[in-house]
Amino acid sequence: MEKTKEAVSLELEAFEKLHNLAHKKTEVKRVAIIASKGTLDMAYPALILASTAAALGMECAIFFTFYGLDIIHKKKLARLKVAPLANPAMPVPVPNILGAIPGMTAMATWMMRRMMKKQKMPPIPELLALCQRLGVKFIGCATTMGVMGVKAEDLMDGVDVAGAASFLEFASKAQVTLFI
Amino acid sequence: MAQKVDLVVDTKGELCPMPVIRAKLAIEELASGQVIQLISTDPGSKPDVRSWTSMEGHKLLKTTEDKGVYTFWVQKG
Repeated sequence: MEKTKEAVSLELEAFEKLHNLAHKKTEVKRVAIIASKGTLDMAYPALILASTAAALGMECAIFFTFYGLDIIHKKKLARLKVAPLANPAMPVPVPNILGAIPGMTAMATWMMRRMMKKQKMPPIPELLALCQRLGVKFIGCATTMGVMGVKAEDLMDGVDVAGAASFLEFASKAQVTLFI
Repeated sequence: MAQKVDLVVDTKGELCPMPVIRAKLAIEELASGQVIQLISTDPGSKPDVRSWTSMEGHKLLKTTEDKGVYTFWVQKG
């Protein structure tokens, strides 16, 4: 997919930001998170860890790549799902193969949402806003966007677009790097 | 002598990391030296609050525990 001049210059800007952040002399601990999955059971850990890191005063950036891009995709972020099929850790009271039946994903998603609500854990859109309010940086993977046809306008506000190299530079200065 | 409290943060029913997140957002509004009273029902909040106060340079003045309700008095550093 051809990149527009504007997209390229925004990416360079994002690289500069990450580059300067990476090389800033600081005592502050850093957490780099790579979010590569787009299901509820993968989005929650990434966002919870990020918000906790920020609450502890750590610098945190999340690189959303592959299906992780769904977490910051305007049209998808409020509708993330979780499938019981091939997810034997899910406490669904049926044999795993039955997860293939139509409707099972919807049921598992509904169950997880209900569990979260019961424990007063914010839904994904609210958790995203909380992360941003706490200063967590969101970075969308430029390559994934190209491969999957996602445009910058499809992503929520406050997201930078950059490449793996830029993020790895930041991660190389992080004490904690997580791949989710 | 009762501890003077400038802000009460009630997080009953909320789980990690919400108590610490709410505490951080609340303490941001205060001046250095002021005190928040954080209330939580999450057992995980005990170590969480200790980590948070130590990392952010606040002072954990007092902790009490009563029938599953934990109360922390934290002074902003």
